[in-house]
Amino acid sequence: MPKIWSYNFGLPCAEPEIVEKETDILIVGGGMAACGAAVEAVRWAKPHGLRILLCDKAAMERSGAVAMGLSAINTYIGENKPDDYVRMVRCDLMGIIREDLSFDVGRHVDDTVHCFEEWGLPIWKQDPNTGKTLDGAEAKARGLTLKGGAKPVRSGRWQIMINGESYKVIVAEAAKNALASYDKAEIIERCFIVRPLLDANEKNRCAGAVGFSVRENKIFIIKANATLLSTGGAVNVFRPRSIDEGKGRTWYPVWNPGSGYAMCAMSGAKLVLMENRFVPARFKDGYGPVGAWFLLFKARATNAFDEDYVAKHKEELKKFAPYSEASVVGTCLRNHAMLIEMKEGRGPIFMHTEWALQEAEKTMDKKEFKHLIAEAWEDFLDMCITQAGLWACLNIEPEKKPSEIMPTEPYFLGSHAGCAGAWCCGPDEDWVPEEYKKPWDEIGRYNRMTTVKGLFCAGDTVGACGHKFSSGSHVEGRIAAKAMVKFCLDNKDYKPAIKETPEELKKEVYGPWYRFEQYKNATTAYEVNPNYLIPRHIQARLMKLMDEYVAGTSTYYMTNKIMLERGLELLRMLKEDMELAAARDLHELMRAWENRHRVWTAEAHLLHILFREETRYPGYYYRADFLDIDDNNWRCFTLSRWDPETKQWTLETYPYVQIIPDPLGP
Amino acid sequence: MPSYVNPEKCDGCKGGDRTVCMYICPNDLMILDPENMKAYNQEPDQCWECYSCVKSCPQGAISVRHYADFAPLNGTCQPMRGTTDIMWTIKFRNGVVLRFKYPIRTTPEGSADPTVGKPDPDPSLINNNQLFTEAAEGREPAKPEAVLNKVFPCTDKKMTI
Repeated sequence: MPKIWSYNFGLPCAEPEIVEKETDILIVGGGMAACGAAVEAVRWAKPHGLRILLCDKAAMERSGAVAMGLSAINTYIGENKPDDYVRMVRCDLMGIIREDLSFDVGRHVDDTVHCFEEWGLPIWKQDPNTGKTLDGAEAKARGLTLKGGAKPVRSGRWQIMINGESYKVIVAEAAKNALASYDKAEIIERCFIVRPLLDANEKNRCAGAVGFSVRENKIFIIKANATLLSTGGAVNVFRPRSIDEGKGRTWYPVWNPGSGYAMCAMSGAKLVLMENRFVPARFKDGYGPVGAWFLLFKARATNAFDEDYVAKHKEELKKFAPYSEASVVGTCLRNHAMLIEMKEGRGPIFMHTEWALQEAEKTMDKKEFKHLIAEAWEDFLDMCITQAGLWACLNIEPEKKPSEIMPTEPYFLGSHAGCAGAWCCGPDEDWVPEEYKKPWDEIGRYNRMTTVKGLFCAGDTVGACGHKFSSGSHVEGRIAAKAMVKFCLDNKDYKPAIKETPEELKKEVYGPWYRFEQYKNATTAYEVNPNYLIPRHIQARLMKLMDEYVAGTSTYYMTNKIMLERGLELLRMLKEDMELAAARDLHELMRAWENRHRVWTAEAHLLHILFREETRYPGYYYRADFLDIDDNNWRCFTLSRWDPETKQWTLETYPYVQIIPDPLGP
Repeated sequence: MPSYVNPEKCDGCKGGDRTVCMYICPNDLMILDPENMKAYNQEPDQCWECYSCVKSCPQGAISVRHYADFAPLNGTCQPMRGTTDIMWTIKFRNGVVLRFKYPIRTTPEGSADPTVGKPDPDPSLINNNQLFTEAAEGREPAKPEAVLNKVFPCTDKKMTI
């Protein structure tokens, strides 16, 4: 029967209890970086009795970007040098990165991978006698460990293969055990931190954060000396290629709404390279990984007519020298070549899994080949089960048929092959140039601290330091945590004071529910009400305008100044309307706040693209009015800051300093 | 749709403290109907098909019907996750069936030692750049082999908006 006001309510909202907490170290997030931070923080905090509190929006065992698992660890230095790691990151990110931050990751990251192995992560090894592949369990049974000198199975120069279904389970277990071993540490799961709190007395000082439980009606007001934003990247800011159920099948985790970028911006921390986005070319629709196919199984990708599109456009890519001339052509430039083919009607683009596997079969016996097929499926089953399911639905056996690949909708991240994020301090060491230290002279040179005193970042939230991936994020969390302990010791007498009263914070955090209660009876259908928008509406409008004006898939990633200005006008109206969001239950309250984070992230991105008058990342986005890479003027950082007092954004250029000598790439 | 619950198998985790799928879902999608004592996915178009609920359901009540936007019906991946291995059964739309087994961890559940057997670090080392494991083993973090520190000239632009 028809029914007015019909809605299938989730956990109901009610007047929330206010829970006030005080800690020394607050870790926001529960993914790889947060887990690293927890493990390291406990060790250094314990002798001083410093308190630690970790708040995760989900359950740590399966939260963050590695929740589903991974089939490889993409950053393991091993026989390489950290200097060459920096060269690889610099070249792939088109010549502008913070080399102090990347070097810092590179020199510590193997230590963290050795911890993973000890905790129980199965890591593939080469059989020392035959050179053949042993899975992680076989290797362990034979006593082969990375630390003991065993050789991993490389799928690329920096990547090692793992049996990674339980990667996050294992890493989270160590983090939880660390916190459980210390009586001054606490975890709150299902606590969504929505914004940092600024100190009432000291300018530009983070005093903690506020959030709420998505399970019970509680808001958490947390005073902290040092706060770490180790949240994830940003997803579903742009209209995705699949717009119904399939919009859940984002390439990066669908639960990452850019909280870290938004929270940095809200507190007045500087952001860097927010024009950078990642547009991965992945198996079409399922978004399964292509790395192992290219690197491990040596598959080739072609246009519809079996032409190698990167080789075909070698001349075109020369335009982008020196970035196109390095030993490995930058990821965005490979996209660029693919996009030319698609635009000119020579799609679809195929990954020839069948050629690769048939070639491999020639050198293998039956059993070996069967094992190889199992490895190929594991690549998906470990980290993108949908892709395996999609092959099953489409009757694709990879040894018989090719699969389509395609560039996705844009994503924001600081840990994968992208570098959007906060402008953070690096190690305070003699080899680090003054340019990378000066900005922190006033508030203190603490590794991974943002330009707001007491506010730190790690993982996806740190800008200009990409290609860390899972292991690099974990180690960056560790680096930040140690610096936070030092910060707390140096600022022992600090007493956090929060500007807003608890009552004001409650009204703000639960605002969308209060709005719903106030106006719900103004219509017979909750979804259409002149007084509010529900989170789904806000997200749809955001995705549409970002797609159409800010270089989404529908314009082949193309935009210009006028489009961006028009987009900004629409985005600003959406930002006003976002204040009128309504939430009917706790789940929608979470969505309402996630969408705020998305809108803030989108605004920063748009402004950065508008500011940088060149096309630094062809294949990720194009400024149609400035189609070239302009190294003479724009091989520099772009920084942005939203001023919490004036509510205005200021963008500026900042010089890039090359620390590691040429060559550009490794 | 994408993850869905078989009502014949779901027992709502018998009304215990923890509804497992609801506890584990990274995106807060799985929720218990306390009247019927069955769980459901409250926002299927935000499901990543991460299978966390599928793998952890004690009744094996959860499966995935892949995204209607692009996946023809009747292809499935169903896992059985144990303490050391995971078994997958892949059924194709055309009836082909594949089975795979992979290791998932090499240590007993719960045993991950966050100290990796290292003693507490010397608190005076807080000022240097060693992580606790490096401090314990006296390993010095690397410095660049050579340092160029070349400052690139750039346009001096500012924009307030």
